Amino acid sequence: MTAVEDPASAVDLPPAKEVGQARRRKEDARLITGKTTWTDNMVLPGMLHLAVLRSPVAHGRITHLDVSAAKERPNVVAVYTGADLAEEQGSLPCAWPVTPDMVNPGHPSIAVEQVNHVGEAVAIVVARSRTAAADALEAIDVDYEPLPVVLDMEQAVQEGSPLVHDSTSSNTSYHFVFDAGEAGTGSDTDQAFADAEVTVSRRFVQQRLIPAFMEPRSVVVQPSGDNYTMWSATQIPHILRVMAAMVTGIPEHKLRVIAPDVGGGFGGKLQVNPEEILCLLIARRLGKPIKWTETRGESLMTAHHGRDQVQFIDVAADRDGTVKGLRVRLLADMGAYLRLITPGVPALGAFMFPGIYKFPAYRFECDGVFTNKVPTDAYRGAGRPEATFAIERIMDELAVELGMDPLEVRRKNWINAEEFPFTTVAGLEYDSGDYHQATEQALELLGYDELRAEQQRRRESNDPVQLGIGFSTFTEMCGLAPSRVLGSLAFGAGGWEQASIRMLPTGKVEVVTGSTPHGQGHETAWSQIVADQLGVPFEDVEVLHGDTAISSRGLDTYGSRSLVVGGTAVVKAAEKVVEKARVIAAHLLEANADDLEFTGGKFSVRGTPGAGVGIQEVALAIFAAHDYPEGIEPSIDAEATFDPENFSFPHGTHICAMEIDTETGFAKIRKYACVDDVGTIVNPLIVEGQVHGGLAQGIAQAMYEEAIYDAEGNLTTGSFVDYLVPAASDLPHFDTGNTVHAATSNPLGAKGVGEAGCIASTPAVVNAALDAVRHLGVTDIRMPLTPERVWRALHGGGDGGDRAAQGSNAYGGARTTESGYQEAEQ
Amino acid sequence: MTQINVRVDGASYTDDVEPRTLLVHYLREQLGKVGTVVGCDTSNCGACTVHLDGQAVKSCTVFAVQADGCQVTTIEGVASGEGESATLHPVQRAFHEMHGLQCGFCTPGMIMASIDLLKENPDPSDEEVREGIEGNLCRCTGYQNIVRAVRQAAAEMSGKAADDPQAEPAAVDTAAADHVTAQA
Repeated sequence: MTAVEDPASAVDLPPAKEVGQARRRKEDARLITGKTTWTDNMVLPGMLHLAVLRSPVAHGRITHLDVSAAKERPNVVAVYTGADLAEEQGSLPCAWPVTPDMVNPGHPSIAVEQVNHVGEAVAIVVARSRTAAADALEAIDVDYEPLPVVLDMEQAVQEGSPLVHDSTSSNTSYHFVFDAGEAGTGSDTDQAFADAEVTVSRRFVQQRLIPAFMEPRSVVVQPSGDNYTMWSATQIPHILRVMAAMVTGIPEHKLRVIAPDVGGGFGGKLQVNPEEILCLLIARRLGKPIKWTETRGESLMTAHHGRDQVQFIDVAADRDGTVKGLRVRLLADMGAYLRLITPGVPALGAFMFPGIYKFPAYRFECDGVFTNKVPTDAYRGAGRPEATFAIERIMDELAVELGMDPLEVRRKNWINAEEFPFTTVAGLEYDSGDYHQATEQALELLGYDELRAEQQRRRESNDPVQLGIGFSTFTEMCGLAPSRVLGSLAFGAGGWEQASIRMLPTGKVEVVTGSTPHGQGHETAWSQIVADQLGVPFEDVEVLHGDTAISSRGLDTYGSRSLVVGGTAVVKAAEKVVEKARVIAAHLLEANADDLEFTGGKFSVRGTPGAGVGIQEVALAIFAAHDYPEGIEPSIDAEATFDPENFSFPHGTHICAMEIDTETGFAKIRKYACVDDVGTIVNPLIVEGQVHGGLAQGIAQAMYEEAIYDAEGNLTTGSFVDYLVPAASDLPHFDTGNTVHAATSNPLGAKGVGEAGCIASTPAVVNAALDAVRHLGVTDIRMPLTPERVWRALHGGGDGGDRAAQGSNAYGGARTTESGYQEAEQ
Repeated sequence: MTQINVRVDGASYTDDVEPRTLLVHYLREQLGKVGTVVGCDTSNCGACTVHLDGQAVKSCTVFAVQADGCQVTTIEGVASGEGESATLHPVQRAFHEMHGLQCGFCTPGMIMASIDLLKENPDPSDEEVREGIEGNLCRCTGYQNIVRAVRQAAAEMSGKAADDPQAEPAAVDTAAADHVTAQA
């Protein structure tokens, strides 16, 4: 090769790989111009609007319910109560019975005799306009006989506590145990603790959070004879279709579900919502299109919440810092009912508490607890942020106990690069990674030495603004799948994903995916994958999704699974297309199929450059079907279903530098640096965006967000005035980087990225805050790190959470008395 | 019902509205301008931001009757030209280039707020952008690429991005035609 490029030879070069390029997104064209198809945009002829009357009491019997006046209101078509729908509403599904004896009291879409949380549906008005329906709600007359309100998990599990559900014998739904000794993946945990030189025990609180997707939920149902089409702002049109059919008895093949443009989900739209079922039932009754769109207040109050665990964690170690055992006991707040995967969220975390460390012994126990609050369910990370927080916080506590550097304790115990694949004490096989490399890069990105020196200066000068540095060296399991593993955990479905590829006569390509995006950029990333696989231009690929009539099989988008499972299904389908096309190309070229090579979208006979036929030409030839080999069908379309053998395990090192104003308690992130390993990167722009968004939510848990109920079970953070979703001015600039260790469970080598930032960041932020003020005697600060809590921790001891929780509900803040009256615990 | 005359994205409308009708609901439900969306009930999220006589407003905080005699520009009216050949506003283009959106629900409001910000401050720092758009919430991006996008647009609109052939001075609200003429 000479240094001078020959322009003629460049023509024959295959096009540059699409995978790895920072392609700008195809999706943007409609989103930046307002040409969107949000569910609430839908208007259908004769469409009626549904509004929901919601319970103002957290726990009570409905003693009187009169809707007659509402029926007389102008433009009201119908009013329904729970009693009207009791026979046909069934129970909302819970797909994850984590133990065989898990107690599930059932979940009506609309309350019939009793309400169990504030915001539960009590009556519904159907009217000709949105406003007429809302107005008529005011004419409904309801009386409730109050029942004792159960809010605090630690009290709810005590003997003699009032019950959320009369039909159960306690407020405990299930007791889930994973014991590595019993599972054969580790040694005896009690023995490990008995033999250890040091043990550290902590109680951490994972506050209740709200997914707070920007697009409020919305549903439109159109009946057509005995067929129904449902548009919904959902992450899971495929699962919703199956579940809605099972709940309502509408045959699955008579129900089509469409997720049009969906404005975020973060797990919050991984649900079969009461209102989806109600719209379907009312549309069936009235034979008219029905629409329901929630207000933000309804969304915060009644869409499922996330997190909400009390974590008791013990670590055993030797004096040199070598960890010997880990013990975790959780109380996990289910809320009043079990929704789609409510009980499974803490169970998903069960296997991640050991993190990246080589614990020889591990035991996990979790009680799922009923309270009179809205149900919890998936929220970005679902189980894994909780686990990561607990382990990364306690590793710091262990370091303090031993007088060691927090990174040194981590280094001493983490899995080394040459030890992959590594089977952990929880029985998971971690695929690949290099924790040392990611950490070194992150330290450099942060400017670690300089900040440590500044921290020292501020301490010595007794600066009112103290500086701290906190670490989170995390891993997570993602890409749900594999089906047999989900089966072994009693999950109600598999974890495969489906894709099909249609080669159109003009050479354009339609890719149908069972993954259902709501902001992740599948249309762009899948186009890049297919462009490489088939050698066709990126622009020639169209990705179809989110409609069960178009994409007949799929398991949708959550758990960072789309690319690693759904994207791989696309690869497999493309491979089949190429193999089918190869036979036809061989026929057209009068060659042996085995002698053909396929590069850059072109089949050519090996050793005979020049001659050949493009796959897009083959598509036209097989459409015409005038000349093709005998014994094959005239089509090169293909579909594939992929079920991976293992999860993938992204990892990374996140470092937060935090300033704490000791006079005001104000916490401010000075710098945030992270290096993530998400395997092979298909589109660096999208990956970076996913990391940014995850960081924002993880940092928000640490610093801003908390769903708070008062002593009567009212959500006091029921608007964006009170529930602090951070704005641009609340968040720092993020310095991000990547290392690349390919996943071994899929041919793309990709690991999930959607949840990584959210899982990793929270403990880094809290560890940083504590590092800033630990020398002042602070050992814990309750999340979120509001100025009040930080100030109280600095000046009053404790974790600063006492007053904030006083007179409210949870985490030891209030006591439920026999009369149901709540008083603050002093 | 009250009659209002409004010019929205360059077209004139005369409509009867209930006095309590919010501008955003008038735009969405009576005019079909569904590019502008509703994200909250408390004017916190800014998803509904439009321009009212050239000023960014949260259209959930404005009654439709208050827009009588005004010109309104929505996200559907900031590009010049129509259909596939439309020329995007530099801020729209920058959001695309910098990956300043994911689900896109906050994007119309975010773009409208950013255009207004750049009118007030044509060369904002990162910090000034963050302060300037703090009335608009995004749950997907963590804002970093939005900040990048606004600064990229600022550079383009002030002609600093000389290597971009499309760079030209800001043409804010070009789609909104001259003032509402006929007023009852």
